[in-house]
Amino acid sequence: MTRYVVSRLWQLVLVLIGVSMVVFLTMHVLPGDVATLLLGERATAAALLKLRHQLGLDQPIWVQYFDFATGALRGDFGMSLRTNHPAITDVMDAFPVTLQLSFSALLLATMIGVPLGVIAGTRPGGTLDNVVMSMTLFGVSMPIFWLGLMLLLLFGGILDWLPIGGLMPVGMDVPRTTGMTVIDAVIAGRPDLLLISLRYLLLPAATLATIPLAMITRITRSEMLAVIGLDHVRTARAKGMPERRVVIRHVLRNALIPVVTVIGLQLGLLLSGAVLTETIFSLPGLGRLMVDSILSRDYPVVQAGALFIALVFVLVNLLVDLSYGLLDPRIRRS
Amino acid sequence: MSAPGVEIEVPVRRRSAIGKVLARWPARVGLAITLIFLVLTVAAPLVVPYDPYDQDLSSALSPPSAEHWFGADQYGRDTFSRVLYGTRTALLAVVVADGLALVLGCAMGLVAGFFGGRIDAAIMRVNDVLLAFPYLLLALIIVAALGPGLTHSMIAIGIVYTPQYARLIRGQVLAVREADYVRAARALSASRLRIMLRHVLPNSFTPIMVMATLQAGSVIVETAGLSFLGLGAQPPSSDWGALLADGQSYFLTAWWIATFPGLAIFLVVLGFNLLGDALRDHFDPRRRG
Repeated sequence: MTRYVVSRLWQLVLVLIGVSMVVFLTMHVLPGDVATLLLGERATAAALLKLRHQLGLDQPIWVQYFDFATGALRGDFGMSLRTNHPAITDVMDAFPVTLQLSFSALLLATMIGVPLGVIAGTRPGGTLDNVVMSMTLFGVSMPIFWLGLMLLLLFGGILDWLPIGGLMPVGMDVPRTTGMTVIDAVIAGRPDLLLISLRYLLLPAATLATIPLAMITRITRSEMLAVIGLDHVRTARAKGMPERRVVIRHVLRNALIPVVTVIGLQLGLLLSGAVLTETIFSLPGLGRLMVDSILSRDYPVVQAGALFIALVFVLVNLLVDLSYGLLDPRIRRS
Repeated sequence: MSAPGVEIEVPVRRRSAIGKVLARWPARVGLAITLIFLVLTVAAPLVVPYDPYDQDLSSALSPPSAEHWFGADQYGRDTFSRVLYGTRTALLAVVVADGLALVLGCAMGLVAGFFGGRIDAAIMRVNDVLLAFPYLLLALIIVAALGPGLTHSMIAIGIVYTPQYARLIRGQVLAVREADYVRAARALSASRLRIMLRHVLPNSFTPIMVMATLQAGSVIVETAGLSFLGLGAQPPSSDWGALLADGQSYFLTAWWIATFPGLAIFLVVLGFNLLGDALRDHFDPRRRG
């Protein structure tokens, strides 16, 4: 196991070096250069030259990459061209919003998806199975930016049950500890704020949960089907064990291992979906920050955000892989 | 095993296979939607009641009616006509982005699988790095580098999907590299290029087509997604994502502007998914059930 972990960690380092190169190079082949961007079109040639020298842009490309990489290791990506804060600070400020959104979406998707998968998997070919499977097909075909708007229209507009965007009502704030409104409200001991922040979270989380929900339902169903025909299940039934107990103790427990992996691997989808969801619901998260920074050509923030997201993504995937080894001893040995 | 001049044909029963795939109704629905979509991309100019770019401020924001089936937007442009024209951008996205991913991915996978060793390792590490980004993030970075615009967003999506094709083809190559007909071709001193293009690639045709169909839906959604974020097709384009972004500002007062383009995306993607699922189930029985 230790050897496996070490080799995976080594691979991770290589991938991260590759990732940093991709981020560095894409920002380097940009049309127009950073100095002109900073000083504006009417800057004098001398001023441009001076700034290029200050920023190290007159150095050979490998020196520039080395500077970039060592800076990145220290979390130093330079200042945001828009806010003039360190780029990494803007990224870290936005991250809790995305984290809270993704985590609640995953929670919703798991809490609904696993039971739906069990229902469908224990009745293959039945009406309920067909209904659930059709729903998952609709789920994966739904553009979530459209679904989000439609949910807003229905629950925020026509029914007027839920707010139409943002983290909290204008002028109302939760005392900031973690940056995640729900958790901060709990820490501050304010049930009123907790309720409000949950109301604001519900629609975005439901929107973002759609695709993972469909995926989790599908995988739970197919794993249930794979396990339900095995010998130990037949034995349990032959002993006269009640069907409900057979399903929960002998089928679901064994079917859940791959499901756990799939749940973990939804993170990439969630981080991607968060970009669109945050745009629709006007949430100041990492996805929205990336898009705004790209549109306003705020490259330090784009670089910091891209590297940060890739790091989180790669780390979570590694943890999922390792947990798979822990849950299923057969993987460890192979 | 390798009698000169004997071509070893792999039996292909394409017609009956199509019949089997279409035996189930979801596949027929999927095919019908896909065909209607394809016809509309060609026939859009003949079918639309209005020019999709024609402004008519007197009917600005008018709701769906006999005159404007899907209503009109803030400039009085006919939403129905714009949605129909949007089929063209969507098809373009499939052809360019999915096509780019297919060509790049197949080339990478073929070379990696066939040459093996260091070349394989290098190509697969590049693949790993591309897979280390959540897919939309990679598209965002590429668009950031190239600049916003429809062409750039399609290139970005194409690159994002490349690793999946590369993996698929590499697996195929590894599976058939030692097959008798490839060894026979090698014994006949066929060049590596010839073996790859004449023997390995044609035999990987089915899984490639299945993947291309399944990806087509995702490609449409993601290109529209980039346009929705303002990074893809720019106004006044009638791209579905751009239409949705337009409608977002009016969705509480004029729901039709955003509703119909979204519905169009949903239907077309559903069609490709139904068709792709049916093809995959047919050609890969392990995935059934």
